[in-house]
Formats: sequence, C-alpha cells, structure tokens
Amino acid sequence: MKESLGVYDYWAYDQRPKIEWPGGAKVAFWVAPNIEYYELDPPQNPQRSPWPHPHPSVPGYSIRDYGNRVGHQRQMALLDKYGIRGSVSLSVALCEHHPEIIRMCKERNWEFFSHGIYNTRYTYGLSEDQERAMIRDSMETIHRHTGQACAGYLAPALSHSERTLDLFAEVGEELFGDKGGLYTCDLFHDDQPTPVSVRSGKRFISMPYSLEMNDTIVYAVNKVEPRQYATMLKRHFDRLYLEGAESGTVMCIPTHNYQVSCPHRIKAFEEALEYITSHPDVWVATGREIADYYLANYYDAALDSIAAQAATTGREG
Amino acid sequence: MTLNDDYLDYPLRRQGYDHERYAWSMLSERAPITWPEGKTLAVWINISLQFYPLNQRGKPFKVPNGMTMPYPDLRHFSLRDYGNRVGIYRVLKALAAHNITPTFAINAQLAEQTPYLVQRLKEHGGEFIAHGWNMDHLHYGGQPIEEEAELVKRSVETLRSVTGQPVRGWLSPAKHQSFNTPDLLAENGIEYCADWVNDDMPYAFHSQAGSLTMMPLATEIEDQFVMSQNLHSEDSWVTQVKDAFDFLLEESHEQGGRLFALNLHPWLIGQPHRIACLEEVLAHISSHAEVWQAPAGEILDAFHHTSEQA
Repeated sequence: MKESLGVYDYWAYDQRPKIEWPGGAKVAFWVAPNIEYYELDPPQNPQRSPWPHPHPSVPGYSIRDYGNRVGHQRQMALLDKYGIRGSVSLSVALCEHHPEIIRMCKERNWEFFSHGIYNTRYTYGLSEDQERAMIRDSMETIHRHTGQACAGYLAPALSHSERTLDLFAEVGEELFGDKGGLYTCDLFHDDQPTPVSVRSGKRFISMPYSLEMNDTIVYAVNKVEPRQYATMLKRHFDRLYLEGAESGTVMCIPTHNYQVSCPHRIKAFEEALEYITSHPDVWVATGREIADYYLANYYDAALDSIAAQAATTGREG
Repeated sequence: MTLNDDYLDYPLRRQGYDHERYAWSMLSERAPITWPEGKTLAVWINISLQFYPLNQRGKPFKVPNGMTMPYPDLRHFSLRDYGNRVGIYRVLKALAAHNITPTFAINAQLAEQTPYLVQRLKEHGGEFIAHGWNMDHLHYGGQPIEEEAELVKRSVETLRSVTGQPVRGWLSPAKHQSFNTPDLLAENGIEYCADWVNDDMPYAFHSQAGSLTMMPLATEIEDQFVMSQNLHSEDSWVTQVKDAFDFLLEESHEQGGRLFALNLHPWLIGQPHRIACLEEVLAHISSHAEVWQAPAGEILDAFHHTSEQA
C-alpha cells in the first residue's frame, strides 16, 4: 500500500493560469445521473459485502429498482426542461437489462461513461488482467449500445485499485485512440480539471464530480433534509460562480434516480436546477465536452504551471 | 488474494431483471388508469402496530427501532409499547377527524395478546393486514423454509382468527423477505404484499402458488424513516410528506392514477409533541377533491377492475 496515490502534483488553487470557458462562462455546469443496476443476489467479495443483509435485501434492491422504473423519467423530464443533457455514469449491464432507458438517453444526445458492469461487483481483489477485462467490457458495451467512445470513468461503487486510472486510460487508448479514456471522476481533490499522470503518458485529466454534492452522500450518508439539499446546491454554485469570474470553475451534480426523483425530493432538485441555469454565465455541458475543451486549451498550460510552482518552491517537477 | 475469474461471470445479464418475480415496466409508459369516482390519486394510510420483544434475538440482524441496550432494555421496550397503549388512540382520533379508513398492519402476537386493542380498531373501521409474528421474527435469506412456512401460517391464521377478517395483505417486519416469502404468502391466501417499494402503483408479482400484487408502501416518507432513522425534525417530515403528496397528485393529473401510501407508527407519531404534525398532514391530504382514500384491499380491487377494463 502507498502513502499517497502520487498521480497528481501539489498545485495551489490561487496560482494557476486563468481558465475561460466557451462564451465567457464562469462555471462549467454538468449533471451526472448515475444509472445503476444492483444485483439481487451478487457474489460475495471478500473485502466488501454488496448488501448489508442476507440476500435478498429487499429494501435496498427495490428502492434502486424504483429509480429505474419510476425515477429516471422524472429526472429526465426535469433535465429536458432546463436544457441539460445528462452525462450518465452507467452500470453498463443496464444496456442489457433496460435498453429502453439507454434509448431515451441516446435520443437526447446524452453522454455515457463507464461506472463498471454492476454496482454490486467491486474492483477489490481483481488482478490487473481481470480489472483490465472488466474495464474493457464496460467500454465495449457502451460502444456497442450507443456508438460512443467512452471518455470517462467512475469506478463501480467507487471501488478502486492502485492501477485503476492507468488501466482505464490504456484501454481507452487501445479502443478509441485519443477519443476515449480521457477523464476520471474518482478524485475529489479540486474544483477545476487537473492533469493526472498515468503510466502510459496519455493526456488524461481529473474531472470535478463532487462527492459533497452527490445526492446519495447527501441523503443516505449525511441524512440531509430535502430542501436543505437545494440550499447546499445553490450555495455551492454561488461560490463557484463568484470565483469563476477570476478563473473558470466546474460544478457537477451527481445524482441517482432513486434519490432526487423521489416524490418528496424532486421539488428541491428542480429548485436548484432552475436557479443555476437562470444565471447568464453558465456553460451547461457534458463531462466529455468539458474534458475536450480543457485538454485542447488548458492542459499544456496546466503542466507548465505545475512545473513552475514546483520549481519555485524547490521541489522537483 | 486474487478473486476467481468467475467473479466476472454474469449469468443473469440479460433483458429485464436478474430474477423472475415481476416484469420490467417503466411507470410512465403504462396505460393511464382512473380510480373510482374519477379520482386520480389513491391514498392509502397504513398504521403499523408492533411488538418489540425485550429478549430480542436480533437474528439475523437487529431490527431497526428495536432493542439497542444490554438486556433488559426497558427504555426501548416501553417506548415501543407506548404506541399500542397511548399513541394509537391519539392516531385513531386524528384519523376519525378526517374520515380516514386505514389498514392496520399488526404483529399477530400483539393482536392475540391485546383483544381490547383489536376490538377498538374494529370499531374504528379498517382492514387488518398481516405484519408477521413480532418485530424479532424476521423473514430473511437463508432461513429454513420449514421455519418460515410455519411463521407465515401462524401469523396469518392467528390474525384471521382474532379479527374475523379475511386478511388479504401482508407487510413483513422491516420489509425484509427471504427468496421464499412471496411463495409462502400466496400459499396462505395472501393476495397482496407491501414490501417491495419500487413503484408508485400496484403491479403484478409472481409466486409459485399463484399471482400476488405488490402494493408498494413508501418507505422514505414513513414517520420512522424520516424522524427515527434520518433524525429529521417533525416540521421537515410534514414538509416532505406534503411535497410527496403534491408531486404525485400533479403527476396523476398528467399521467393517470397514482398511489400515495403513507406508513405510520403510533409509538413515534403518537407522541404528544408529534401528533399535531400528523393532523396537519391528514388535513392537507383530505383537502383535495381528486383524492380517493381507501384501505389497500379496496385499492387493489379497483386496480384489478380498471386494469381489466383497460
């Protein structure tokens, strides 16, 4: 085990080249609906139990199914209403289980990125070959069902190995060249995209995805009241919008169709979407669009800035 | 240690579900239905009446809201008992004030031991549904089928005997089941179950002993879920329930009939400082003309009736 992952360098927030988003926007705003499949009777993983009870864990399984049966279309209707195209964090087995949902998202030109095969199969204990095969399966499945070259990764159930990012970048390059395997959502160290070094040397970045604004963390872990979530989202946006005048920031709302779309919560979510999209200098984008723009315009400057900061303080770049 | 390669096998990765219990169907894609009298929103109020044994075994896990302290945990035992002695009578008054006919999901052991309570519930009017034996007799994966079969049979037969009602519905303690539970329910003449909360409408559920209907009893707006599990305030609970109701009512105007199901626990909502919150919620629900309030069995019958006509 390592003391630190070591895939990015220290880089102070207040000493960076200015980012300007398209149209002079201050905030690049994206919504990442997680569309997941949890198995009713998954195999055990020695390091993490997929359910907190003996199978079938009916309460847990059925509320997640509620998300796909009921919640998805509610959330999609809201995103349509506010002109937002989702960037789907996808348990790719959903392509087989519920192709109707994939079709609806595809019709809207939403982005699909990999969130593993099932949210009940973890990375823990996989060999490098096994993890590579799982990631390849996920990217090939997305391509087969949507035609998209998968650009982003959020490891299934946020389960990682030390090589997860390396493998994702490598498989993306093998399958799609510089069109695939571009960004990770697994790191929460910044409010702007940052370069991430992978062993192949591919141009690869971290995309701010935010656990703090993630509805499952907010509702199921931190037990926040629904209307307080709307307040949190608005405050989060207000500060990133203010700071975005100096240098562009990224705000993501990671959602789950079984959380925000429940009848007692959807009003609060809409309140936040309406507020954010009513501001003039917001670039409503997808994860891939933000990644492409950043890689084309700021990635090289970022590397130079990081090296310069390290040199200034006497550290090696 | 590396996992075996079969960790990456997915034998049930296929169209539909990874089980055979019910069909995949998105709610908004279904044909719209209308409830009796042309109403769009069916309202089902369930009152859960529960016995939490002091000598809790906690098998295979401790039930939420059960005993947490070393034996004898008098605080939790008596706080839960409060609901059956005091809280329920406040709740009944509140229901009567708004002419609400609920279902009473009652642990069979409690029904057997408190004939006076059962009599009062019958006088109020409502439908009894089975709620297992008590809150320390869970239904769970890995439970020997003979043991569970006896538990279901005893629970259902006892409740039928002491209430004189047919007892058509079932709510498992803590909504937990084994893989056999639906089959055992159907074998015992149960027509509908409330455990799988994956829809805002009833839907058909398969069992080896014939068809069941799932009547999803919303968990996330339950008094105990919001106030006891999430530790939200009473005022927030009122807001959440009203928001849920308002949203489903609006959706029912646009997409056809919906089910609003509210589960209540007299040991929690029947406390003096909370009962006014229930009264506020019931007043809100009752103030809308598009609402059809009925116990779950009647909603089930209406659902089958309208589905046949559709």
